[in-house]
Amino acid sequence: MSSVGKPSAERSPFNNTSFQKKTRSKLISIPGTRPSVQNGQLLVSTGVTSLDYLLGGGLAVGTVLLIEEDRYDSYSRMILKYFLAEGVVCRHELYVAAAQDNPDDILQELPAPILDDVAMHKPAEQPRLSREPPDALDAMKIAWRYQNLPKVQTALASSSRFGHYYDVSKTMEPEIRQAAKCHRFYLPEHPTQSSPPHSTMLESYSALLKSLQEVINREGFDVAAPMSNSRNILRIGLHSLGSALWGDDLCCHDNPKNGRALTTFLYGLRALLRSSLSVAVVTLPSHLIQDRALMGSITRLCDNAIALESFKGSERETNPLYKDYHGLIHVRQVPHLNCLASKLPDHKDLAFKLKRKQFSIERLHLPPDLSDTVSRVSRGELAGATTAASACGSGSSGNKHLDF
Amino acid sequence: MYTELNSILNTTPDSFTQGEFVLLSDRQSDASFLIHHFLSLYLRARCKVCFVGLVQSFNHYSAISQRLGVSLTQAKEKGQLVFLEGQKESLSVLIPQENDTGSQAMDFLRDPSVGLKSLYEFVRSAVSSNGEEGGDGSEEWGPPVLLVDDLSVLLSLGVSAGAVLDFSHYCRAIVCSQLQGNVVMLVRCDGEGEEDEGDDEGSERLMKGLTHQCSLTLHVQGLPTGYCRDIHGQVEVCWRRRRGDGQYTQKKLFQYKVHDKGASFFAPGTSSAVL
Repeated sequence: MSSVGKPSAERSPFNNTSFQKKTRSKLISIPGTRPSVQNGQLLVSTGVTSLDYLLGGGLAVGTVLLIEEDRYDSYSRMILKYFLAEGVVCRHELYVAAAQDNPDDILQELPAPILDDVAMHKPAEQPRLSREPPDALDAMKIAWRYQNLPKVQTALASSSRFGHYYDVSKTMEPEIRQAAKCHRFYLPEHPTQSSPPHSTMLESYSALLKSLQEVINREGFDVAAPMSNSRNILRIGLHSLGSALWGDDLCCHDNPKNGRALTTFLYGLRALLRSSLSVAVVTLPSHLIQDRALMGSITRLCDNAIALESFKGSERETNPLYKDYHGLIHVRQVPHLNCLASKLPDHKDLAFKLKRKQFSIERLHLPPDLSDTVSRVSRGELAGATTAASACGSGSSGNKHLDF
Repeated sequence: MYTELNSILNTTPDSFTQGEFVLLSDRQSDASFLIHHFLSLYLRARCKVCFVGLVQSFNHYSAISQRLGVSLTQAKEKGQLVFLEGQKESLSVLIPQENDTGSQAMDFLRDPSVGLKSLYEFVRSAVSSNGEEGGDGSEEWGPPVLLVDDLSVLLSLGVSAGAVLDFSHYCRAIVCSQLQGNVVMLVRCDGEGEEDEGDDEGSERLMKGLTHQCSLTLHVQGLPTGYCRDIHGQVEVCWRRRRGDGQYTQKKLFQYKVHDKGASFFAPGTSSAVL
């Protein structure tokens, strides 16, 4: 063959031999992404390592993650901020839309990345031996036959590391934050058209969809756009969609007038994302929506859906069963992407805990009983004590040990 | 194409009943794996297939069909498959552009109260173009088949249940009766069950209406005992046939598990994980 000796640079890009190296180098070269093990989808991290694991390795590019807010929107907002902060660290572009708070406020609250390995430009995968304490010396001595058993790990995590950790007590430094390119959509500042362009969707939603499409087309996130050298991911965070401030009456009425506005918007959003290198996280105050069937169709129009249920303000906060956790997490939907079988999580009983440096999702289990006496005995003694107190006249305390 | 399901339904790509209206439904579960079975079955049976995919992109269906041994791109090029990618088409309606190039099929998004006439026109032209194709020398295809992935998306887009039922009735009339082809439709429903009968909500009404129209139902449910890793749920297969005097219905219950490249069906309690 004549082309064997030629240097590769001279080859035409349209050579049609069947012997070609299968490369996805164009996609892999985007920082902060990795291909999925199961279906080859490009994944990005949500910024919460155990949530990545729960979603099957990460969020696939082109999909929507729906988060049903907890009652005070504290933890769902936290996850949204983790998602955006991960985008800042990976140098992705951001798009933040909100109706309640100014997007700038949300951006200022982003948690600070833990910078032991973030020299920002280095790849995320690095041997992290320095963090593991050398615990061989002061390890507890246990019987030899248990020594080689694997450690029981309740927190969900995958073996390889993907994403970063954040310190919630500090906010991200402004210089890091401003390095990322960010598009904002704040509904009160946004001029809405006087005439609604079409009837099912609200003005606010169609303005948002239009602005999203403009950003995607202008900044070259469209998959069909001409190939440029540096492709990037657009991370879209939409806060409290469906709340009254978006002009929606889903949360206020039993029979909402424009009940199909949000579902139509989500359909359009998903259509937009599928043809672009972008990924969205949507939070939704689902506890205000009375109609469960409507909630079901909203869930089906998103790819992933999780629901947070925090213990704050409920009697579960003081329940000893839940003393280790801050709330429960329910997986409503896992994505079906280019494959028949979806990867369901192994466990359905999951709980979350917000620590200073980590938002961790764990399997819910009962705490071990570490009290000195077995509870059955102590209850018996307690009962004995009360009977002794009630029978105050007889005064025979000796029969305390003889209660049958 | 799942061979086990074929033997349950007594169909093969070479011989299948014509003029059937198959309803795939689910309740708090996912029946979408069944639509891929029917898509690959009818493509192998050399039928002229019209697929209305409202939920996912073409790439998704294509990737799965590839695993099941059928190439959608080839079928499309040969003219065997007409594919409506609802998502892509809807975008040009939802975000109006100056140069409007979208097809008319998704016109109901502009004003859902009009109904699904435009979508029906699309289906009609797709299924009845069979003869013309044969005229200019290309391959001749068998009876037409219409597959709709998820009618309940139409409800989410603001179309009323009555309009969707009208659409399905018109489709049945032209495909099943006139052209002796088959119709497969998927409906997803999230209600808690028969208990909340009180409010005749859209998707419940749609499900009842379609169950009345169809000749074969495959109803997918989760296991009543809860989630299990080895058994993904159960399918209730219900035939409604007219045989001699009066109607006769037959019901069978199977459990299923979805794999990477297909699904297996077995009688309740005979999962390989149990035995």
